[in-house]
Amino acid sequence: MPSELRLRVESGLGNGRVRVNIRRAMDHLVHKRAAAFPDAEEREGLRAQGEAIRAEALARLPELLETLERTCTGNGMRVHWAETAAEANRIALDILRAKGARTLIKGKSMVSEEMGLNAFLAAEGIEAVETDLGELILQLGGERPSHIIAPAIHKDRYEVAELFGRCFPELPYREDIEGLTAAARAVMRERFRAATAGLSGVNFAVAETGTLCLVENEGNGRLCTSAPDVHIAVMGIEKVIARLDQLPPLLTLLTRSATGQPVTTYVNLISGPRRAGERDGPSEVHLILLDNGRSRVYADPELRDTLRCIRCGACMNHCPIYARLGGHAYGTVYPGPIGSILEPQLQGLDRQGELAEASTLCGACAEACPVKIPIPKLLNRLRWEAVRPDPDAPTLAPGSRRRALPALGWWLWAWVYASPGRYRAISTLAGRLRWLAPRRLGAWTRSRTAPVPAPRPLSRLVEAEGFERE
Amino acid sequence: MRPPTEVLFFGTCLIDLLFPQAGLSAMRLLREAGVRVIYPRGQTCCGQPAWNSGYREEARRVALTQLDALAGDRPVVVPSGSCAGMLRVHYPSLFAGTADEARAKALAGRVYELTEFLVRVLDWHPKDLGPPLRVAVHHSCSARRELGIADAAAALLRRLDQVEAVEPDHGSECCGFGGTFAIKQPELSAAMAGDKAEAIRSTGAQVLVSQDCGCLMNLGGTLARQGGGPRVRHIAELLWERTHAE
Repeated sequence: MPSELRLRVESGLGNGRVRVNIRRAMDHLVHKRAAAFPDAEEREGLRAQGEAIRAEALARLPELLETLERTCTGNGMRVHWAETAAEANRIALDILRAKGARTLIKGKSMVSEEMGLNAFLAAEGIEAVETDLGELILQLGGERPSHIIAPAIHKDRYEVAELFGRCFPELPYREDIEGLTAAARAVMRERFRAATAGLSGVNFAVAETGTLCLVENEGNGRLCTSAPDVHIAVMGIEKVIARLDQLPPLLTLLTRSATGQPVTTYVNLISGPRRAGERDGPSEVHLILLDNGRSRVYADPELRDTLRCIRCGACMNHCPIYARLGGHAYGTVYPGPIGSILEPQLQGLDRQGELAEASTLCGACAEACPVKIPIPKLLNRLRWEAVRPDPDAPTLAPGSRRRALPALGWWLWAWVYASPGRYRAISTLAGRLRWLAPRRLGAWTRSRTAPVPAPRPLSRLVEAEGFERE
Repeated sequence: MRPPTEVLFFGTCLIDLLFPQAGLSAMRLLREAGVRVIYPRGQTCCGQPAWNSGYREEARRVALTQLDALAGDRPVVVPSGSCAGMLRVHYPSLFAGTADEARAKALAGRVYELTEFLVRVLDWHPKDLGPPLRVAVHHSCSARRELGIADAAAALLRRLDQVEAVEPDHGSECCGFGGTFAIKQPELSAAMAGDKAEAIRSTGAQVLVSQDCGCLMNLGGTLARQGGGPRVRHIAELLWERTHAE
């Protein structure tokens, strides 16, 4: 019985248009990144630096978060702690209610996806409006992001043109990218003008100075954080860094790894609400710090490396599995290789443990990662946690994927292969009985021929060839 | 440093059972290059299938057998990037904190993948006796990324005067084998192997080679099921054929 993941994989592989769109887009991003790092030595130096900065931040996480709270508060922001997504949603709602806001304009934020904020607010009678072009396209079509930095990457411009034609019949029908962005711009301007509250994510939060850094290419992030009267920033607790001078190397790593850009069109450094005498900016800035399982990841020194992630998406762009499926087949907020190590830890191995198995461990992700997260090593660790007989790790639901039959199978395998005598007997027997070898081997032979044992194993042939055996 | 005169050969279970000619060719090449090649009787499997499936205890039990079989201080040559990667990169983790940690680390420091050993240690130069040939090369992910030694196989192919080696489109991409991945996620594995097979066909090569029989079993099986396409050989077999052509 194929699992839910395999069923989603099958439908993902079966969608030819998505497959073509994703593959083309991923190839493009891979080439852009390669071109942005022409000097391998410089790239490796930067990656080592990025790894060190993020590792330092995590090593001092509790202390840095306290500092961040102090400095942000000193800058006039209000800092809120949320243990769960539900708590974070409630905090956001209370802020919006206090302001009497009926709508919330949103910059792109994966943490808000993690919270399920839009649906929560809708049920409370508040409309959340996505202003990032990709996110807007998805909101109009009722879809979820399929990539963490390019959320609508699975769609081509003809699909977007059709969608816009349906949703904005008053605008002229265009299929060119310039025309489509102009249409979105015209629609969005009105929303920005009218909004009383805006929400954004956070790329990095600097503990030393109480600064929130936000990078973007469309200017919608700047509008969401400066035009309305209240700005709510949501971030995972791991996004903090110690010092401002650590920001430039991380920023160049982030943008070059993500889109191959030397710098994004907009780099926002937000350090509090409008001050006396200033003519624009919000009168209130709120920072919501979300845990949502991150403390549990943090508690394990090996798994903690997961939290180094700066959300560039390079692992997705370089992943042969992501390139064939797109993000929706993963069925999680964070898709691709980073999602396959993060989601089983956030949601539990019982619910998302199979994601750790959906990898060939080819290592393309780790090779591209700007902060050198050892993704294959962590996948291996999670596979162990999922089937270990003596669970004691802080991952959620360890041992929950252990089943009697495979466990017995591996025990038997070890019984044979740990004994040279038993192993030789069986490999020799397999050669003698090769005419009995099955022509069909389940899923393997649906697209391949079956391998057949050789008449005599290598261990026998070497003798005939006059090689010494010891 | 003088090159070693004697090596232990770790044949790998896949080659032992399914592709013994690949192992035999590798041993012959080493012998011709002037090295005494010894085949330890006690060897079975590096333990990678269990290690990658999360069954660490089982992997350790099997790996312990290899620690015994490959004991001593002679270099260990492995005709597979994947199995060499297990011995070199993962044994120290597998045995960390156990009584065998030191032995595992010592072994890891003596392990060489075949082409790596031929090029970097022996600086072996094959004499190409065959007719002109177009060869598609697929470097395994373990050779390319885990061990960083894909350049060794590429160098050997370049040293064959009459061989034109070509990398298929998306050459650095995984073939979709991934050990038990091929069984656990068969649709994905088949899609990846299918694309790779297509890219290999498009090169117009007469032969496909790799350092790893896992990739070759996956790609060879896919090509055979489709019918036609290049012959599939472990790089050791190609090197032996080219240096001993009639």
